[in-house]
Amino acid sequence: MKYIDEFRDSAAARGLAQRIAAEARPDRRYHLMEFCGGHTHAIYRYGVQDLLPAGVRMIHGPGCPVCVLPISRLDLALTLAARPEVILCSYGDLLRVPGSGGHSLLKAKAAGADIRMIYSAADALALAQRHPDREVVFFAIGFETTTPPTALIIQQAAALDLPNFSVFCNHVLTPAAIAHLLDAPEARALEAVPIDGFLGPAHVSVVIGSRPYERFVQDYHKPVVIAGFEPLDVMQSILMLVRQLNAGRAAVENQYTRAVSREGNRKAQQLMAEIFEQRPLFSWRGLGPVPHSALRIRAPYHRFDAEQRFPLIEQAATEHRACLCGTILRGVKKPTDCKLFATACTPETPLGACMVSSEGACAAYYRYGRYQGAT
Amino acid sequence: MSTARVRQVFTSGLDFAHGQVELSHGSGGRAMAQLIEELFAAVFRNPWLDQRNDQACLDLPPGRIAMTTDSYVIAPLFFPGGDIGSLAVHGTVNDLAMAGARPLYLSAGFILEAGLPLADLRRIVDSMAAAAQAAGVAIVTGDTKVVERGKGDGVFINTTGIGVIPAGLQLSGDRARPGDCILVSGTLGDHGVAVMSQRAGLTFETALQSDSAALHELVAALLAVAPGLRCLRDPTRGGLAATLNEIAAQSGVGMHLQEAAIPIRPAVAGACELLGLDPLCVANEGKLVAICAPEDTEAALAALRAHPLGQAAAVIGEVRADPHRFVTMQTVFGGHRLVDWLSGEQLPRIC
Repeated sequence: MKYIDEFRDSAAARGLAQRIAAEARPDRRYHLMEFCGGHTHAIYRYGVQDLLPAGVRMIHGPGCPVCVLPISRLDLALTLAARPEVILCSYGDLLRVPGSGGHSLLKAKAAGADIRMIYSAADALALAQRHPDREVVFFAIGFETTTPPTALIIQQAAALDLPNFSVFCNHVLTPAAIAHLLDAPEARALEAVPIDGFLGPAHVSVVIGSRPYERFVQDYHKPVVIAGFEPLDVMQSILMLVRQLNAGRAAVENQYTRAVSREGNRKAQQLMAEIFEQRPLFSWRGLGPVPHSALRIRAPYHRFDAEQRFPLIEQAATEHRACLCGTILRGVKKPTDCKLFATACTPETPLGACMVSSEGACAAYYRYGRYQGAT
Repeated sequence: MSTARVRQVFTSGLDFAHGQVELSHGSGGRAMAQLIEELFAAVFRNPWLDQRNDQACLDLPPGRIAMTTDSYVIAPLFFPGGDIGSLAVHGTVNDLAMAGARPLYLSAGFILEAGLPLADLRRIVDSMAAAAQAAGVAIVTGDTKVVERGKGDGVFINTTGIGVIPAGLQLSGDRARPGDCILVSGTLGDHGVAVMSQRAGLTFETALQSDSAALHELVAALLAVAPGLRCLRDPTRGGLAATLNEIAAQSGVGMHLQEAAIPIRPAVAGACELLGLDPLCVANEGKLVAICAPEDTEAALAALRAHPLGQAAAVIGEVRADPHRFVTMQTVFGGHRLVDWLSGEQLPRIC
């Protein structure tokens, strides 16, 4: 594959691995959090950790939108799907996420609910146009990457004055989550969780630009390197973080220059600002309530907001007591520290946030890494 | 009752241009008899079917008998490189061939949905007959049922196959031993990606075709030169990952692959990249995995490559002693990872 294989080249990887090994100081540790599930997946899929020296440890952050969607929101989606007039549509890997009682959209579909898997937000709009006699609800999730397409279809639905289309909005915001991780009591109180630097999101940053990360440098003195999703991008970004840490610097650097600028995609940002506003509080699975970390649809577009259109009452749902996802997402624990991992909690029967999508830390470790340490 | 006398009672022939399957085509009455006479019996024609009995009575050559069954429920019914009819022949022939059996006879059970155009059904049946003839197997008995519209997906087909295994041949998934080599007969993921590209809502401008093919002749070529062959399996649903994990579990061994050696077409790799799929978990319908003693691997590889269906064959890894029975892989990047079973359905990742 042209333009992709170049970023997976093993000779270049060896060269970068040697540089990292040469420059990482043996007398200190480098705790680097990759925020994005896309990075977590790439790290495990290509065995990037095998190429890093012992002192460089990757901590897998909460940047998998499917993983962090709270059970209570999924339960609402299931409530919507149960309405006979509703066609609920969403992205593929959301369909098997378990809600309360292990119920999932796939199970609801098998039981007769009209749930459709779509590949882009535009498909949802087309579905509504094809089925004027049904209520088509788009179950929207994702970080700033998938938010502009949702904003666009709401704008288009308004232009078309579509009477049978709405969005169940669960879009979340990256910078708020990073700030929450750094502000959390665990991060301050426990020396066990020093995050030394961040691999910044790739696709999210294409939209929001690199500027929003500058506060982490100023307020927390943590270096951020925005990294592409290919394994060589990840390796190069790790080297850039190691160099900043060695020099005692904390700056926002951009490894992913082929797609990310400081200002980002202004048009997408304007579109998002027109359609969405921040929710005061939103619960993240594994992290709990995070202020100003999610979006809802603005009042002028309320007729396209499923939460306004249908009677939905969010009810608290509880996680499994023994689940360690909250501490795994903060880097305090590893998947193998959890007694549920690979016993009660597997990709087939996920109990916690980190296991529900292949981009979650536990699922990626289960799928790609659990041969390590087996005796 | 002779065929000629049955035919006399139909006032007009089936309308293959505009007609459609109706519930009466499965009701046991005249309409069903007409469908059988004018379509299935006419197209699959052979001495066993011509007897018009409720069963085929077969004479089998000496040797152990291999028997297998498979149901085909693919959507769409027609896809680049094949259709449900040819697939229903190839899939079952291949399951026989993986035991080293010479495939001889098939049964064909059809579950038709009312409303299916007769033109489509005829196309499927013609394709099945052509695939069976090319593979040298006879479709000797069958069944037709019709379900109400909305209760099927056009047509479901079940085929059961019978073949004969030459004396002394013992291929089995529990025979892999540490040191054995792992071969594949060609590029992986072609079928699954070709079918997915046809599904509603997905359009790729690829010239990708399903690899659907009968593999028994390729197997015969392999057996002729590689007595050290331990096991053959066709990596259909679940792809290479599932097949190797099955064999590792059966044999109580581990396996280690080299990602760089695994043949995958660029178009398939690109489509998988786009959809967030792992090509090692995507279905194949015309490829085999062979586990072979190291001393015979070179000959086995040469035999595969000499056959039109095995030109892209490759040695992709080796069997290792491992009590955990893990299938691991050195990635193209130089790291290592597990090659695990597919979890649930392969669903596209969101970003």
